[in-house]
Amino acid sequence: MGYGDVQMIDEKGNRVDGRKAGDLRPIEIEMGVVPVADGSASVRWGTNYVIASIYGPMEAHPRKIQRQERAVLDVRYNMAPFSTTDRFRPGFNRRSREISKVTAEALESVVLLELYPRSKIRVEIEVICAEAGTRCVGLTAASLALADAGIPMTDLVVSVASGKINDVVVCDLNKEEDNYGEADLPMGILPNSGELVFLQMDGDLSPEQFQEAWDYNMNAAMEIHVMMKEAIANKYGGES
Amino acid sequence: MSSSGASDGRTSAASGSLVVPGDKICTETGGQLGHGVMKLDGSIIATKLGYVVEKGGEVSVTPLHTAYFPRPGDLVLGYIEGMRANIWFIDLGAPFNAILPMSLAPMKVEFGGTRDAMNVGTAILCRVQEIDESHSSVVTMKGMGLRKVNSGFVDTVPPHLVSLLSSGGDAILSQLKDASNCRIILCANGRIWVDGEPEGIRVVRDILAFIRNNADSDNLSSKVGNHLKQGNGE
Repeated sequence: MGYGDVQMIDEKGNRVDGRKAGDLRPIEIEMGVVPVADGSASVRWGTNYVIASIYGPMEAHPRKIQRQERAVLDVRYNMAPFSTTDRFRPGFNRRSREISKVTAEALESVVLLELYPRSKIRVEIEVICAEAGTRCVGLTAASLALADAGIPMTDLVVSVASGKINDVVVCDLNKEEDNYGEADLPMGILPNSGELVFLQMDGDLSPEQFQEAWDYNMNAAMEIHVMMKEAIANKYGGES
Repeated sequence: MSSSGASDGRTSAASGSLVVPGDKICTETGGQLGHGVMKLDGSIIATKLGYVVEKGGEVSVTPLHTAYFPRPGDLVLGYIEGMRANIWFIDLGAPFNAILPMSLAPMKVEFGGTRDAMNVGTAILCRVQEIDESHSSVVTMKGMGLRKVNSGFVDTVPPHLVSLLSSGGDAILSQLKDASNCRIILCANGRIWVDGEPEGIRVVRDILAFIRNNADSDNLSSKVGNHLKQGNGE
């Protein structure tokens, strides 16, 4: 039996966890969870639990990384050793370096780095519990933490992934769907303008399926953006 | 690629409302732009998380959190963090250390004698003299009241609350001075020097902790007044 033979969606369109194709997993957002950081946020997304914290702006060290005309974002994505069922070997690896890099590039699109020449803004993304889509959760949490730290930005970044299981396009893949699915399309979206700052694709999607996954991600991003604003309003009062 | 699902327009935010980065505050009218906002596609949008303020035609966002960035003329409390033969490096709580040249020290210092004059960890009251666009700043200790701090203690509040603490008829700073009978110097970088009797210092520390915990609430000034009255048993 191959991966494609695993039945993950029934004829009524119900997925293994009971969701419909366009449904998101439950999301809980909390702001200011790390008191010693300049800004922080935690996101529970299904079984994923990610904490992002921001330190800075500070003087960039070593000096060779300084940019005379702007700040640099020093993003560090890390999975805790206990975040997965098998112990995750601690420390940086190729995957965490890649996710740190793409997250930094996505955030550079919205952070007004030119206001802080020669500075560094440290973004720490710690995955406490991993299910599927941790890079999306990490990017979303990091953008909230940056806003919490008072770093000027043109927009928040919302990241969400859609994919294909049993030849059906679905939104927000869970662990089984991610492991045994046929494709995965994580995107980073600016909810106010609908612009894209991050896109990766794993697997094959036809142009129609790609459009369907795109639409799922765009709609989900708007939904998550509302949740993000509600979480901020819950923490700091006022009607956001 | 179509961008279906994206919001068609940003909704406007009223004065006093909480905005997040990217929220539209209003349509561009040609008025002045204050802190925490920028123009984008004919609209004024928030770039910081905070509350919208419209005053005299100027739109700005009062941020909930922000880092301190020195401005010329700021009275600041810094700590000596290092030195060379003729300059000190001062930690102002900003992203970059400032420098204090030997020529701007309050005492006569021989070349190479900087450590003897002010060692690492010494707290100083100084004023920002100049700053360039790459955030390099120079501070001076030549001026009235600028000196080494040898007594009292130093506490902190978020830098964006400094103007709130010191402005208005019922300024929190005045209330604190009256309630504690302490000498208090509030610096632009959010550091506060307090000197006086232990009981007065305890009152100030209690109020500053209250301010830090309630920094995001409305009517902070009256809340501090109520807290002071409760503390005095009234």
